[in-house]
Amino acid sequence: MRKVAIVGVGMTKFSGKQNKTAVELFTEAATDAISESNIKPGDLQALFLGNCLSDFAEGQMHIQAFCAESIGAAGIPANRYENACASASAAVRDAFISVAGGFYDLVIAGGTETAAKMGTPLATRTFAMASDGRYEFSAGITFPGVFALLSHLYSKKYGVPIDKLKHQMAQVSVNSHYYGARNPRAQFQKEITVDDVLNSFMVATPIQLQDCCPFTDGAAAVVLASEKVAKKLTSKPVYIAGVGQASAGNLLTQKDYLPRIRSRELAAKQSYDMSGLKPKDIDVIELHDCFSIATLIALESLGFFEYGKSGEAVEKGETRIGGKIPVNVSGGLKAKGHPIGATGAAQVYEIVKQIRGECGERQVEGAKTGMTDCLGGDGGTLCNIILKRGW
Amino acid sequence: MQYKLTFKDYNEALKQNKILGLKCGSCGNVNVPPCVVCCKCGSSELDTCELKGSGTIQTYTVIKVAPENREPEVPYIIVLVELEEGPWIMGNLGGVKPEEVTMAVMGKKVTMEKASVYAGDKYSWGDLARPLFTLLN
Repeated sequence: MRKVAIVGVGMTKFSGKQNKTAVELFTEAATDAISESNIKPGDLQALFLGNCLSDFAEGQMHIQAFCAESIGAAGIPANRYENACASASAAVRDAFISVAGGFYDLVIAGGTETAAKMGTPLATRTFAMASDGRYEFSAGITFPGVFALLSHLYSKKYGVPIDKLKHQMAQVSVNSHYYGARNPRAQFQKEITVDDVLNSFMVATPIQLQDCCPFTDGAAAVVLASEKVAKKLTSKPVYIAGVGQASAGNLLTQKDYLPRIRSRELAAKQSYDMSGLKPKDIDVIELHDCFSIATLIALESLGFFEYGKSGEAVEKGETRIGGKIPVNVSGGLKAKGHPIGATGAAQVYEIVKQIRGECGERQVEGAKTGMTDCLGGDGGTLCNIILKRGW
Repeated sequence: MQYKLTFKDYNEALKQNKILGLKCGSCGNVNVPPCVVCCKCGSSELDTCELKGSGTIQTYTVIKVAPENREPEVPYIIVLVELEEGPWIMGNLGGVKPEEVTMAVMGKKVTMEKASVYAGDKYSWGDLARPLFTLLN
């Protein structure tokens, strides 16, 4: 297997409705990534595109072919990845595999979404399509509902009283907004307080509005190159040191593990084993905080804190810059935004920028390694990527 | 390999207030939702069986913001119930006011009062049944 580096990244501003199509958003992110890579669009050999909703948002299927043409690379093979919220992570992982395996030397991966454009009722309906349409949607489940079920399960299983857990969850959102306020590309650049979270309206008990990530329009893209090609293009290659991906059936089939997400434990182990790194070696992580409780669950399965203890760690500041593991210093899904088919690539964008030391106020000083964690559906897909400084 | 119990047959039986599953002739596991091989041991020696419809609430939530077309249903309680035979199932909880339900319901015994049927929308496979549970005692 060959070494693979990321040689350029691009990302649009994340926001509510942007008045741009998903193709236009991707093209803006991709052309930035291409120009940062010191290549021409015609040098690219393939496109791996994450996208979930453009069929519903824009009546646009087959968006990957239009994106390839739009970025100036008409003719290259283009494939679309739909892995719910983990779509772009899966796209980046497959792009990595294709270059590592020697088939390509230079490819682009990323994602694009116009979820905010859809409005809340249709967006809630289409997001719910990532749960089981036969055995879960029948009961009226929503995505906040899935994580609400897990919140109560977490509280009982680990003996954290719900009022205490709610406070810990609120602190997760407060941290995300603190960093979002320091990211010019974030959807919400405004700090909030624990009281703001606890006074926001109830979506699905115990999940309140400010425990939830927003609907977002946006896109992100990364250019991947074999080691040999990367060395010609940049003096600052960021290597993909390890990847992991796993799947699971609906929530009911995961009963022996909940509130832990089994697919995360499988994927994380793959990525740690491949990279030879352990949780203590990771300098910064972008993880899947679709709902505040999801951060607590993720931190434990990824090996950063003991089961049932991550909430206390969050309250002590262990997940902020200067703490044990800086988490979502981009603002995360909660404040940066969650254009679902683009999120995994936006996480990689942030880690690459952190490793290059280009993050200004939210820079984790001296970051040499970083990890992404992206969850699709109710754990149906989980993808982890570990990145490492190459100079 | 053909399914011995399809989603359609499971759904139709549920509409008649029966929860069907597949008992594994090899390891004895009861599989719900239906599958083509046992989710525990992978055997295809599966026979259709009817479950009692009783179990224990594992967790719950009260949904206040519904997906498109299901707004008239809110607020409603979703429960994950561990059935006596072992599988978990997702359903709704009736007989309790949504604004009064707390974590105290977790661990309580319930039984399926009847099935409740969502008519479906233009995206769904068809109409969709799910169990409506009530608390025992």
